[in-house]
Amino acid sequence: MGCGSVGLMASPPAQALADLTEISRQVEAAVVFDREGTVLGSTADDERAGRLASAAVELLRAAEDVRPEGAEELVQLGVALSDGSVFVVSDGDRLIAATTRPGPTVGLVYYDLKSCLRGLAEEPEAKPGPRRRTTTKKTDAAS
Amino acid sequence: MRLRSFLAGLLVAIGSAVAAIVLRRRAVRRRERAEIYLADGTLIALTDGHPDAEQLLQHARDLLATARS
Repeated sequence: MGCGSVGLMASPPAQALADLTEISRQVEAAVVFDREGTVLGSTADDERAGRLASAAVELLRAAEDVRPEGAEELVQLGVALSDGSVFVVSDGDRLIAATTRPGPTVGLVYYDLKSCLRGLAEEPEAKPGPRRRTTTKKTDAAS
Repeated sequence: MRLRSFLAGLLVAIGSAVAAIVLRRRAVRRRERAEIYLADGTLIALTDGHPDAEQLLQHARDLLATARS
């Protein structure tokens, strides 16, 4: 429904988000952002991605206000509404927010969002260079 | 005859109980709520009507509306 096209196809967050929406059919829209609300990637267009990140930061701040003083940091939050659900997962300074239809499989959504963030964190080392072909020419056939 | 009506009554009673459980579960699931998970595994659950929940629910509604706009 609200799932738009991936804005930055070449960047790692955009690729991770494209994988996310392909794997998790429950996710309608998702945005990767930092704690200041800077968008790192989104399934929505740039303008809507900015508004999604801002709304997610506001949601996060409201959740932080609820957290008891001295308690551990917030790692994930989910809000179930009558017409859909909203999820935010944090991995250090990088966060991901996603929306789904009503009644999603909560555990699966969290798993997919965490996998997406983990994939982004591993991106620089995990990204392999162009593979070298290992097949060798048969020299005896030529001679 | 008596056994048959007893069984029919029992069946209706069981059916009603199952329907009541299903409807109750559905109603609970439909209730708007927020769940916050902390790093140590603590879960803070806030349901609609809780004083702290309203702000969270409103922000979530805004986010959902933005995603679908």
